[in-house]
Amino acid sequence: MTEKMEKQDKKGRVPMPEQDPNVRKRNFQEVPTGYTPAMAQEEAARCVQCKKPGCVEGCPVSVDIPGFINLVTKGDFTAAIRHIWSMNALPAVCGRVCPQEIQCEGKCILNKKGLPVAIGNLERFCADYEREHGTGALPPKAAPTGKRIAVVGSGPSGLTVAGDLIQKGHSVTIMEAFHKPGGVLVYGIPEFRLPKAIVAQEVNFLERLGAEVKCNAVVGRTVSLDELFEEGYDAIYIGVGAGLPSFMNIPGENLIGILSANEYLTRANLMKAYKFPEVDTPIPLGKNVAVLGAGNVAMDSARTAMRLGAESVKIVYRRSRDEMPARKAEIHHAEEEGIEMMLLTNPVRYLGDESGRLTGMQCLKMELGEPDASGRRRPIPIKGSEFEIKTDLVIVAVGSGANPLLTQSTPDLALNKWGYIQADPETGKTSKRGVWAGGDIVTGAATVILAMGAGRAAANSIHKYLTWGW
Amino acid sequence: MFPIVAREEMAQGTVILNEIEAPLIARKAKPGQFVILKANEEGERIPLTMAETDPAKGTITVIYMVVGKSTALFKDLKVGEGYQDVIGPLGRPTHVEKVGTVLCVGGGTGVAVLHPITRAMKAAGNHVICVIGARNKGLLILEEKMKAASNDLRVCTDDGSYGHHGFVTDIVKEVLEKTPVQQVVAIGPVPMMKAVSAVTKTYNVPTMVSLNPIMIDGTGMCGGCRVSVGGKTKFACVDGPEFDGHQVNFDELTKRLRAYCTEEKQCYEGYCRLND
Repeated sequence: MTEKMEKQDKKGRVPMPEQDPNVRKRNFQEVPTGYTPAMAQEEAARCVQCKKPGCVEGCPVSVDIPGFINLVTKGDFTAAIRHIWSMNALPAVCGRVCPQEIQCEGKCILNKKGLPVAIGNLERFCADYEREHGTGALPPKAAPTGKRIAVVGSGPSGLTVAGDLIQKGHSVTIMEAFHKPGGVLVYGIPEFRLPKAIVAQEVNFLERLGAEVKCNAVVGRTVSLDELFEEGYDAIYIGVGAGLPSFMNIPGENLIGILSANEYLTRANLMKAYKFPEVDTPIPLGKNVAVLGAGNVAMDSARTAMRLGAESVKIVYRRSRDEMPARKAEIHHAEEEGIEMMLLTNPVRYLGDESGRLTGMQCLKMELGEPDASGRRRPIPIKGSEFEIKTDLVIVAVGSGANPLLTQSTPDLALNKWGYIQADPETGKTSKRGVWAGGDIVTGAATVILAMGAGRAAANSIHKYLTWGW
Repeated sequence: MFPIVAREEMAQGTVILNEIEAPLIARKAKPGQFVILKANEEGERIPLTMAETDPAKGTITVIYMVVGKSTALFKDLKVGEGYQDVIGPLGRPTHVEKVGTVLCVGGGTGVAVLHPITRAMKAAGNHVICVIGARNKGLLILEEKMKAASNDLRVCTDDGSYGHHGFVTDIVKEVLEKTPVQQVVAIGPVPMMKAVSAVTKTYNVPTMVSLNPIMIDGTGMCGGCRVSVGGKTKFACVDGPEFDGHQVNFDELTKRLRAYCTEEKQCYEGYCRLND
C-alpha cells in the first residue's frame, strides 16, 4: 500500500445524504438526495489515481473513471461530465442504477484498506450538476455521413447505440412501442430510484444531438424490419428487452390481486398510477403484500407497495439471503423501509374467495442442498412444512423471458432455444444482414449497464459496417 | 396527435364512432386486430378492436360504448381534436378461409367488430348468416351494413321492440337445427359469448370468440390480460384476441373484468361531477 493511499483513506468515504426511511417509505421522491459540490470534491480526493485502474476494467462501457474524478477534484465539473459523455451517454442513469459494487467500485484498490471511492455517487453528481447548472452545450459531432439507422427499443441499449452513432455523424431514428421513450428506465425502475424527469432529459439530450424518437411504433406489428430497410434504413439495431413476464404456474394464479411485476411497475411508473385518481390508470392497493423473487425488480415492487400504503410487505424467496440477486443497496433500503424478508419459502398455491379475489397463499419451507447449474445452492422443499400467509396482493417478480412479438414476424432472424436472438457477443451482429441486437433480448434479463455495453459494441460494429461493409 | 376526421353518435348517444387518422396502422391492420388508444397525458390505455380501416385514406374506425371515464373522455373529443396516442395494429388477425357456411353472431358494440370479419368471411366465398342483437331497437347498431355484408341477416331485441323478441341464442339454435354450419363467430358481451358457445358446443360447431380483457401494453409485456383457454393461461393481446369459445373460461374472465370496478366507479363519478 502506498503512503498516499493510506493518507487519503483516513478521511473515509463521504456518505450519500438520504431521505429518512420513515418519511420516504410513504413518498415517491428520490431516496438519495445527492452530493453537494463540496462533498463531491472531498470524495473525489480519495481517489489515488492508480496507474492501472481496476475500476475502468470493471466498467462495461470503459468510462475513464480516474480521469473524470481528477476533474471533479479540481472543481471543473463541466469538463468532468464531458469526459464521461465521451464513453457513456447516460451518466445520470448509470450513477443511480449500476451495480457498482460488482463493477467499478468492486475493483477499486481502496477496498484493500476500507471502502472504495463512491464512483457511482460521483458520476451521478456530475450529471446532475450539468443538468442543473450546465450551459447545455453539446459534445462535438462528426460530419453527416448520410447513413440512416433504425434503433428498435428506447431502453438503455438502444439509447446507447443512438448516442454513439449520432456522434459519429449518422442519422438515427429510435422506435418505441410505448407512448413514452426510455424502456425499462421509464416503465420498470420507480420514480424514487430514478426520477422520470432525468430519463426524459437524457432522451432530450439525444434529440438535441439530432436523433428522432418515434413512439407508438410497435416494430413487428406497425412496421416490419424488411419494411424499415425498404424505407431506406441502412442498418437496424434491436434492443427490445426481455419483456415477457414469467409466472409461477401454480394453482390460482389468475385470481384478482396477482400481477406480474411488469404490470405492477408499468402501472405505477409509466402510467403514474400512484397518483390515481389524478391520473386515470388504477393500481391495486394491497394491505398485506407478498412479492415473489429477490432481484432488483422485486425490491422495486416491494418498495412501491409500501409507498402505496401497505400495512405489511414481504419478499418471499425460495433461497437464502446470500443468493438474493438484488443490489446490496436496494436490499438495505428495502429493509430500512420495513420490508420483511421471508427467505427459504416457496409458494405452492394461491387462495381466493368466491368473487375471484386473492385472500392468501400456501407456502412451503425450503432448505439449501448442493449447488445447482447456476452455482447457487439448490433449494429443496421440507416435507410437511406447508403453511399459509394472508395476502391480498401478490407481485410476481421471478424473472422474464423473450417477448416473441418482433422475432415471430422476422423469420430469418436466428433465435436460441429460449427464443432470444442469436448475436455475435463481440459485435452484436445477428443472422440477418444489416441487423444487430443487444441487451436483454440477446442475453436474457440482466442489468442496465450490461445492455449499454452491448449497445456500445454494436454501435462500433454498425459504424464499421456503414464505413466498410458487412 | 391522431386527429379524429369523422364522428358519429349511435344507439341514442350511448355508442360513439370515431374515424381516426392513423396511416401506419391503417396500412397494416386486418379484421380482428385491435388498437390501444390514450386520450391525453393522464389517460388510460384502452384497447378497442377496429371496426373499419381505410388504407387509401389512412384512417381507422373504432366504435365503443360509453361505460366509464376513459370512454366518456373519448366521447368528448370532437372532429379536429384527437387522441394523444394510438398504437397498433395489435393481436392476431381473424383466421379467414372458405369453409362453407359461417354463422356470425353479434351483440351490443360487438357488432362493430363483427362487421369487418363478416365481410371478410363472405369475400372468402362463404355463405354468411348473421344474427345481431341489442337490448332494444334504439340500441341496435350497423343493421344496414351488416345486411350488406352477409347473405342473410336476423335481428333480435331483448324487449321485442324490433325483430325477434328474445336473445341471439334463440336464433342460433334455430339456424343450427335447420342448416349445416361449419364455423360460428360470436362477438359481444361476455355473457352472450358464453351462452352462444354453450349452444354451439351441443351442436359441435367450431366457435370463435373475441375477448377484451383488461390490458396495458397490448404487446405481451404485462400479462394483465391473461385468460384461461382449455386450462392453459393465454395472453389475449398476443395469443388472441380470438379464441375457441368452447375452451374459454368465461366465468374467470367475468371476474377478472371486475378487478377495478371500485376504482372505475370512483373515476367516472368524479368526471361526471366535473362536467355537470
